[in-house]
Amino acid sequence: MKKKKYFGRAVMFIISAVFAFLFLMPTVLTITNSFMTQSEINANYGMIFSNITGDRGYIADKVTLKFIPDKVSLSQYITALIKSPDYLFKFWNSVILVVPIVVLQVGTAALASYGFTRWRGKFRSFMFFFYVILMLMPYQVTLVPNYLVSEWMGILNTRWAIIFPGMFAPFSVFLLTKSMRRIPSSLIEAAKLDGAGEWQIFTRICLPQCRSALYSIAILVFIDYWNMVEQPIILLPDPAQQPLSVYLSQINAGEVGIAFAVATIYMIPTLLLFLHGEEYLVEGIAHQGSVKG
Amino acid sequence: MSMNKDKTEKNKRTLRERWHGLNYKTKDFIQSWMFSGPSVLGVSVFFILPFLVVVYYSVIKSPLNPEFVFFENFQNVIGNQAFKIAVKNTADFSIVAVPLAVILSLGLALMLEARIPLKSQFRTFFLSPMMVPVASVVLIWQVLFDRNGVLNEVMLTFGLDKIDWLKSEWAIGVIVVLYLWKNLGYNMILFMAALSNIPKELLEVADVEGASETYKFFEIKLRYLSPTVLFVTILSMINSFKVFREIYLLTGEYPVERLYMLQHFMNNTFEALDYQKLSAAAVILAIVMVIIIALLFKVEDSFGKDVEG
Repeated sequence: MKKKKYFGRAVMFIISAVFAFLFLMPTVLTITNSFMTQSEINANYGMIFSNITGDRGYIADKVTLKFIPDKVSLSQYITALIKSPDYLFKFWNSVILVVPIVVLQVGTAALASYGFTRWRGKFRSFMFFFYVILMLMPYQVTLVPNYLVSEWMGILNTRWAIIFPGMFAPFSVFLLTKSMRRIPSSLIEAAKLDGAGEWQIFTRICLPQCRSALYSIAILVFIDYWNMVEQPIILLPDPAQQPLSVYLSQINAGEVGIAFAVATIYMIPTLLLFLHGEEYLVEGIAHQGSVKG
Repeated sequence: MSMNKDKTEKNKRTLRERWHGLNYKTKDFIQSWMFSGPSVLGVSVFFILPFLVVVYYSVIKSPLNPEFVFFENFQNVIGNQAFKIAVKNTADFSIVAVPLAVILSLGLALMLEARIPLKSQFRTFFLSPMMVPVASVVLIWQVLFDRNGVLNEVMLTFGLDKIDWLKSEWAIGVIVVLYLWKNLGYNMILFMAALSNIPKELLEVADVEGASETYKFFEIKLRYLSPTVLFVTILSMINSFKVFREIYLLTGEYPVERLYMLQHFMNNTFEALDYQKLSAAAVILAIVMVIIIALLFKVEDSFGKDVEG
């Protein structure tokens, strides 16, 4: 009986290990390939990105998936960071688009979810249901409304065309409301008896209680917008203002090596957020449960 | 000078006095809107009102000639061949990918829940796809699934013919793999969290009574998990719409017919500035989504009632 249990666990371990490494592979590939020289990249993947222009050098007739570079080289990073400052500009574009969205979206959502938690009239229940529907709408449905409003407000092709809709995206309102509703009402009642006003209850009780939820939502929102491609293409067509995610997605085949290096650089903020907040990510969503309010 | 100061002081006082003079109900009303107001206002301005405009656009001839044409635009969209293909492909994709995303992530969560070594490392590995920028995902998928890619090399060594995966019948399969790779980790975390919330005593009692693993899974765990199953299903649906980004970057505006999704249709209609068609398609999509959500809520109502709260 006991032997059987050990055997089962070993099988599960092996299966999860195989899956886990398959899942990790693209991340590892991105990072290790960023330390290869362009000629090594060409040699490895030349067959695939065959429209590579310029000095092609040696191209193997077979594609090889290499995890460890022949010689660790920083040439791609040097090209990306020093020779073409374009990448850094785009990186900065990403920062000034995404940071305001994360801060404003989480801030507005925190206020709103407190409102949805403390006051539950008919109108608010209806609004909350509406948020859920809106949250589930594919981007292609909200795209047209977003475009119309931006045009009408005259903010099309400016940063605000992306920041404003991002600020009011209902996703975080939904998640935060769910965790705020889990705060024991006795806690709030006690604070009220002690003479705390709504603002004090909000800042001193609700926000600290939802810390891990706030953090995990911030990470999710950040990841979502850090990799946006469609929104800027349509709402912010000016290439000088577009974030690096758009630029990266349009990189052409001859720059595969640089693409890996830039992608690695682009991954750093997410990586740091992850390492710092993975526990929150797990904890903060641990109690989501039912979709309905 | 001093009179002026007096006056502002007086005004200030009256404002404060006015606030205190308000009855409880009005005060409460104002306070409540101070919190939810910004969000409700923003959502109304940026999503709800413009959507009403979209609905209006969908029933008129053109913005310049606002003649009421009733269902004409809808008939045009539904009769459109590209739209039909797009709907079929999108539905096929979602019907395969969403249930797989739910079932496989639940399986992974159950496996990691069993006490195996390196559990937390594995968890991190499964989450790692969330970090990889789309651009590098696209590059790697090309390396793997291109005509001259890694997968075909492997096939060759087994004596099988090369397939141009992204242009073949298998194209949807390649995208499903990409979608699963990207989303399983997060779904798994949601399930792991829910699993850890199942009362331990219940499972211990079942153990003492000699219940089988299958019984424990279907009669105890799944019941407690049902709200999470719904949540993960809905999240997976949202994410299944997002995979368009990768399809688009992998195959461009006009991929093989099998990969022509609703999003391609919307995108191309948008670029052709055909607002009437686009609005009608958006309204149809919205209606379908509302129906699906309502159905899912109904299912949860009848399934998860006994463990609610």
